[in-house]
Amino acid sequence: MEASLARYIWTHTKKQQLWILMIVVLSMIPYFMSFDLPKLIVNGPIQGRGFEQPGATQPFMRLHYNLPFIGEVQFFSGFQLDRKETLFALSLVFLLLVVINGLFKFYINTYKGRLGERMLRRIRFDLVDRVLRFPPVYFKRVKSAEVATMVKDEVEPLGGFIGDAFLQPVLLGGQALTAMLFIMIQNVWLGMIAVVIVAIQIVLIPRMRRRLIVLGRQRQLTARALSGRVGEIVDGIGAVHVHDTSNYERADIAARLGLIFKIRFDLYQWKFMVKFLNNFLAQLTPFLFYMIGGYLVILGRLDVGQLVAVIGAYKDLPGPMKELIDWDQDRQDVQVKYQQVVEQFTVEGLIAPKIGALTIDDPDPMTKPLSAINLSIADDGGAMLLNRISLQVKPGETVALVSTATGGAEALAEAFARLNWPDSGRVASGTDDLLELPEAVTGRRMSYASSDVFLFQASLRDNLLYGLKHAPLTSVPYDGAAAEQHRWNIHEARRSGNPDLDIHSDWINYASAGATGPHDLFEAVRRVLDAVVLSRDILDLGLRSSADLTRHTELARRIVELRAALRTRLEQEGLSGLVVPFEPGAYNKEATIGQNLLFGAAAGPELADRALAANPYFASVLRQAGLDRTLYEMGLEIAKQAIELFADLPPDHQFFQQLAFMSAEEIPAYETLLQRLKNRPYEAVPEHDRAMIVTLSFAYIEPRHRFGLLSDELMSKIVAARNRFYEDLPPELHNAVERYDPAKYIAAATVMDNVLFGRVGNNHPDAPDRIRSIVYDILDELGLYGELLDVGLDFNVGSGGRRLTGGQRQKLDVARALLKRPDFLILNRPLSALDQRMQDKVLRNVLEEARRDGHSPAIVWVVTNPAMAMMFDRVIVFDSGQLAEDGSHETLLAGNGIFKELLS
Amino acid sequence: MLLKDEVGMLQRVPLFSAIEPTKLKLLAFTSDRVSYSAGQILFRQGDEGDAAYVILSGRADILVDSDSGPIKVAELEPNSIVGEIAILCNSSRTATVRAASPLEALRIRKDHFLRLMREFPEMTIEILRVLADRLSHTTADLIDARSAK
Repeated sequence: MEASLARYIWTHTKKQQLWILMIVVLSMIPYFMSFDLPKLIVNGPIQGRGFEQPGATQPFMRLHYNLPFIGEVQFFSGFQLDRKETLFALSLVFLLLVVINGLFKFYINTYKGRLGERMLRRIRFDLVDRVLRFPPVYFKRVKSAEVATMVKDEVEPLGGFIGDAFLQPVLLGGQALTAMLFIMIQNVWLGMIAVVIVAIQIVLIPRMRRRLIVLGRQRQLTARALSGRVGEIVDGIGAVHVHDTSNYERADIAARLGLIFKIRFDLYQWKFMVKFLNNFLAQLTPFLFYMIGGYLVILGRLDVGQLVAVIGAYKDLPGPMKELIDWDQDRQDVQVKYQQVVEQFTVEGLIAPKIGALTIDDPDPMTKPLSAINLSIADDGGAMLLNRISLQVKPGETVALVSTATGGAEALAEAFARLNWPDSGRVASGTDDLLELPEAVTGRRMSYASSDVFLFQASLRDNLLYGLKHAPLTSVPYDGAAAEQHRWNIHEARRSGNPDLDIHSDWINYASAGATGPHDLFEAVRRVLDAVVLSRDILDLGLRSSADLTRHTELARRIVELRAALRTRLEQEGLSGLVVPFEPGAYNKEATIGQNLLFGAAAGPELADRALAANPYFASVLRQAGLDRTLYEMGLEIAKQAIELFADLPPDHQFFQQLAFMSAEEIPAYETLLQRLKNRPYEAVPEHDRAMIVTLSFAYIEPRHRFGLLSDELMSKIVAARNRFYEDLPPELHNAVERYDPAKYIAAATVMDNVLFGRVGNNHPDAPDRIRSIVYDILDELGLYGELLDVGLDFNVGSGGRRLTGGQRQKLDVARALLKRPDFLILNRPLSALDQRMQDKVLRNVLEEARRDGHSPAIVWVVTNPAMAMMFDRVIVFDSGQLAEDGSHETLLAGNGIFKELLS
Repeated sequence: MLLKDEVGMLQRVPLFSAIEPTKLKLLAFTSDRVSYSAGQILFRQGDEGDAAYVILSGRADILVDSDSGPIKVAELEPNSIVGEIAILCNSSRTATVRAASPLEALRIRKDHFLRLMREFPEMTIEILRVLADRLSHTTADLIDARSAK
């Protein structure tokens, strides 16, 4: 990237800059014409000059020019108009000029804006492109939030400036020069005064602004550091709380904010000081004009008309001068920002663009051995992780890397993955340096998984398939407005130097997963998930989430069949008591009163949770069913009981998890509410308080809470209210609730709730587990197991994958590496979060899965436990950065080396 | 059976007899009411101890594994508590408990039980007293067994 902003702008926008300049010059013509016109209107038709005789006419739109040598030439003799007609005609011309000027202004502003936005897009893209090409070592030093601020905020002002970068100085400079010239023509001496003052402004002001630039740079750096720290606090929030350092962080942030405040305040002070000086100098000139000009007039060396004209012309000078100086300020400001950013993004050893170039066709398999030749790697502190290691991994070979604490096997795995670059020596595939190979080869024919997993905030599926998204493989057909939009996207992307790759294309490389398309990819996915023993977790996630019915149509279509199968199965096993099904005409004792009343899943906020009792329509249904008072009294009783039970406990007491009615924080509010409502007749209780109380009854489940509040009469009333609720459901609530219907899938409910279509009994402690395994069985029998797994794959893993456990993340990373079916599979302590038994199991599965269908990749596995090495063809032992032993498991075991020592 | 009846039942359990009824009510409320049919297992020998059970109605057998299969060592009546040892010593279950008839019980989770002990010393003392009582019985039994040899 160019170090100078002006050069950067000029290189990319010179044509546009020249064009807009031309347009601006062109726009000057109507602009000046509109200055002249009022004079014509006033002097001509209004004052009547040229219309002295009644019925006199004047030519309108006469075109005649005085050409050199030829003399007066008349192109058009014009229309003859009388006084009134001329007034209207000239006024209309004035209106026309107003419109033309407006349109010019509109065009110029739009053009400049677009120019700026395109450049902003270009520069942002360039920056992110560089991030993608930084060498690995750079990321050890930089905070992600700082890079993000640079890309997002720090280059933002550039967009506004770019349109004016060249236009403004030309335009304003021209105006200022014209005014100056005019003054000079009137009187040289007065002109000289103006020139001197302007010269002082031009010399002095930028000098004073140098300090502003320094302060501006400090402001930028401190603000960037602040956002880096804020990012760090967010990422490390766990560490902050664990160590009780939140006040340390508060102090740090306050100190930084203080510094930023100081810099900004200095900046303001200095800025207004410069402004004051500038204004003073501008006002000083008229003072000199009056005094010296007046003196010259008294002496008779200057006439009054000239003096007035000079002062008049000077009025036009400060405006452009001020704007010009402002422009210069902007320029310096933006230049500083630009330089700051460019400096940060100028890094030694940037990865060459050809390494990451887009490659559509799959490269040939890597059939040559992978070798480390005299490889040395040091850590940031200079300690040697690997010291002149030479070894070779042949295709198809499985190698366990065993390492003592300071062994360096991880560094070797990272070097194979190109995540750690050699300090000396090299890593090679055959004779090619691995670092010279395009990522299209290493990223597709090799895979890497480590204990340090990064997941994107997206679904499990997206994360799993992430390793297959190398290039857009299909061209998406667009039609109508979408096609128009697509064309526009491509056009604009090219204009801003962005690539026009279509993000909506299918990027998934099915072939590398051993599939032919979306329909059979799932098989491969299922196999790798089984291999890393993650399927069960994903199924559980699937059961607990609600399915996207546009994708999982099969579940919805066969829901009746599923529910029936579950009932039959429960009856066969004598477990019917475990689940109480929802029946439209019956009260379900294991569900809450709220669920029994609504008998549906809330699909919007109107009827969800606390809003239900407050909903006017719902309250009216309760009133009509004669339930309002009963439920109110029930709510009062529950409130009393709950307060009696829980009022003495501290708010963080774990017993509050058992209290379904209210949270610990709400108890005081309910206490005062109870006091207030004591002995007050139901009719006198305000609507809002009623809802507060009634809502408590909605969470009540008799077998669980056992307050003895439910009678047969009440239950039948509730069922009646349920029917009444749906009879007159107002249209605006139609989408707020999905009624439970034994024949219908409920989109707003979880898959488990849909299959159960009832509630699990509260008094069977192991019921949920038993039912879950029965549900899995049934799904498998009906061939819906895959569908459920697919629902589970929709689960969003959260920021950095934090909604998964550490073990699940690592398993997912291994699955992702396996899915690619690479020639070289590098695994760097990939399962460290799992217990040894599980690690062994996954290891066995992975070795088997990697070799499925006659595939025979080389596998390099840095093992966490030397005992795992037994499963590999070859074992390489590292100690203190040296290769200590290398051979088959048996030979090393027979020897008396470190390996045997490690094993014992 | 309602919460207040359960409180009445708990009061009859020696371990809880000295605790005020409001606390017992809290204990009952935060416990799960569970029911088993005859032959169902409450917990197995060797499992991790995660809860204690107060039998509200029905009977249960305490079984200990031996080389010749499970041996019944005792029977549980209503108002008795079972499984509290494993909670207190963080050990695994020393016996299997099986419902001998339809059984209703209160399942008191380990963390709740320990929390209650921490908060209500009178309950802890009562538990200590019962345990010490049992220990002295066991010691007496041991002495009897030794002298009989």
